[in-house]
Amino acid sequence: MSEVTTQHATPNLPAPKASKKSYLNKIGFGFLYLILGVFAIIQIYPLVWLVFFSLKTNQEVFGMSPFALPQDPQWGNFTKAWTSGNIGLYFFNSVWITGLSVILTVILASFVTFALTRMHWKLSGLVLGMFLVAYMIPLHSTIIPLFNMFNNVGLIDNPASIVLSYTAFNLPLTIMILLGFYKTFPREIEEAAVMDGCSIHRIFFQVTLPMTIPVLSTTAIINMIYNWNEFVFVNTFISSDKFKTLTVGINNFVGQYLTDWGAIGATLVISIIPILLAFLFLSDKIVEGMTAGSVKG
Amino acid sequence: MKNVMSNKFVIALYTLPALLLILVLIYIPIVLSGYYGLMDWDGIGQMTFIGLENYVTLIKDNYFWSSTWHSFLLAIFSTLSLLLYLAISLVLASKIKGSDLLRKIYLIPMLLSSVAIAQLWMKIFDPTNGMANTLLAFFGVENTPIWLADPAIALYAIFIPVIWQYAGFYILIYYAALKNVPDEVIEAAKIDGASPLQIALKIKLPLISGVFKVTIMLAVVGSLKYFDLIYVMTGGGPNGASEVMASYMYKEAFKLNNFGYGSAIGFGLLVICLVMTWLTMKLTKSKDDVQ
Repeated sequence: MSEVTTQHATPNLPAPKASKKSYLNKIGFGFLYLILGVFAIIQIYPLVWLVFFSLKTNQEVFGMSPFALPQDPQWGNFTKAWTSGNIGLYFFNSVWITGLSVILTVILASFVTFALTRMHWKLSGLVLGMFLVAYMIPLHSTIIPLFNMFNNVGLIDNPASIVLSYTAFNLPLTIMILLGFYKTFPREIEEAAVMDGCSIHRIFFQVTLPMTIPVLSTTAIINMIYNWNEFVFVNTFISSDKFKTLTVGINNFVGQYLTDWGAIGATLVISIIPILLAFLFLSDKIVEGMTAGSVKG
Repeated sequence: MKNVMSNKFVIALYTLPALLLILVLIYIPIVLSGYYGLMDWDGIGQMTFIGLENYVTLIKDNYFWSSTWHSFLLAIFSTLSLLLYLAISLVLASKIKGSDLLRKIYLIPMLLSSVAIAQLWMKIFDPTNGMANTLLAFFGVENTPIWLADPAIALYAIFIPVIWQYAGFYILIYYAALKNVPDEVIEAAKIDGASPLQIALKIKLPLISGVFKVTIMLAVVGSLKYFDLIYVMTGGGPNGASEVMASYMYKEAFKLNNFGYGSAIGFGLLVICLVMTWLTMKLTKSKDDVQ
């Protein structure tokens, strides 16, 4: 591909052989773009379609082509979804449960990573190993014992069980991402602070934490997405409507209104809007977090 | 200074909260899962110790093995689809305009909850009003499938949204790895007269083989424990046609109240995941040694 650009840069020397090659290159180039474009449409069109049918009446859904545009956008579907299905309540639960878990995870993971990379102790290798191994354990294998444990201490149908589970299961990945950052970060500033006689807590809160804000925001947004989308824990541990989060709430709601496509579509759109908004403004952070989490693993 | 940075009290204060959380909520449950597997237990009443009976039943349980096979089929499909993602990443990373925007578009499905994806694809697969059959009819297919209601294809129909969901994630990883290949290496190869295809196959691919191995492991283990989408879309049906290990475990425990047997399945799932992690590591490692 870069051959094309080189030849454009030297247009005064159009050797016939080269121009034929560049012509072929252009076709190849166009073909590659076509593939990438088609792939982009496959990835995005189902969501466009979702937005379309969230704005349709049932007559349009059942009587016309699924590819038809909504004739007269039914914004009422959204009002209906928000008011008739507890969606507002589920939304509120998702927000505070996600937020609290993210804060807990990021602060606890920062404590651990600080102790692992900045402090000197014998068992640090073992502790690090425990977090790394925990990352590989499938959460589904823990769900029955967890249910029983929470049941025994009266935390079933209590949002505390969700917040604790989210925090525990997101700690390993969060620590892995933080470790990568802490390791590349110079220790000299913290060491200088020690020389100046700062207490260790002041160093952590006033030197280290502020320095790591870029990576903290990366882990926070990744945690936010995972918690917002989580389904199994809430579905298993929570039975009262008043504590359900959006994923479980909309799943139940949709089950009850099987034939009202407009309301279902509107509900789904409401549930994914916060994530799409976050992506619109923070896509670089999200890309960074997702790459870091997997490649360092 | 050494004293401050090796203060045992502070180390304990900083690590114990997180350590306790993963011990109590991850490690202890894993051990308990194996232990509960030895019990006859409905989840509410008294546990009765029955030795290895659940595990013996599990090994003889055809339904468990068909669920396991479905999980492995998903693992095979996910691993094969990595090749497609890799091909797209190779194109995307070869100095194409708009590659940043494209890979972000590809990533969008990965950001959605499994519930939203499942509900959306149930509508896409709707036999009469869905997008899938309208497209097929447009291309002249007369007997359009009933997708999730057809035992012969339900499982494969579910693979489509799974692959759709994860595509952007793997492309992202490959893209990042390909961008790390130093430019000098590629320039040197170009001067030696290597074609773009040769550069891709002989230079770029070997240089990112480490990342490729990690993604194989992610795809295999991720598939073996896959649950949410299948649970919402078909609940393992019709007639067990799309049942996977995790959904079978969930059904036994929380629908049929066989907590003992469910735990045994959960423990089996853990063992299979760990064995496959180890096996994937081992297999991809030996390939490296040959090189």
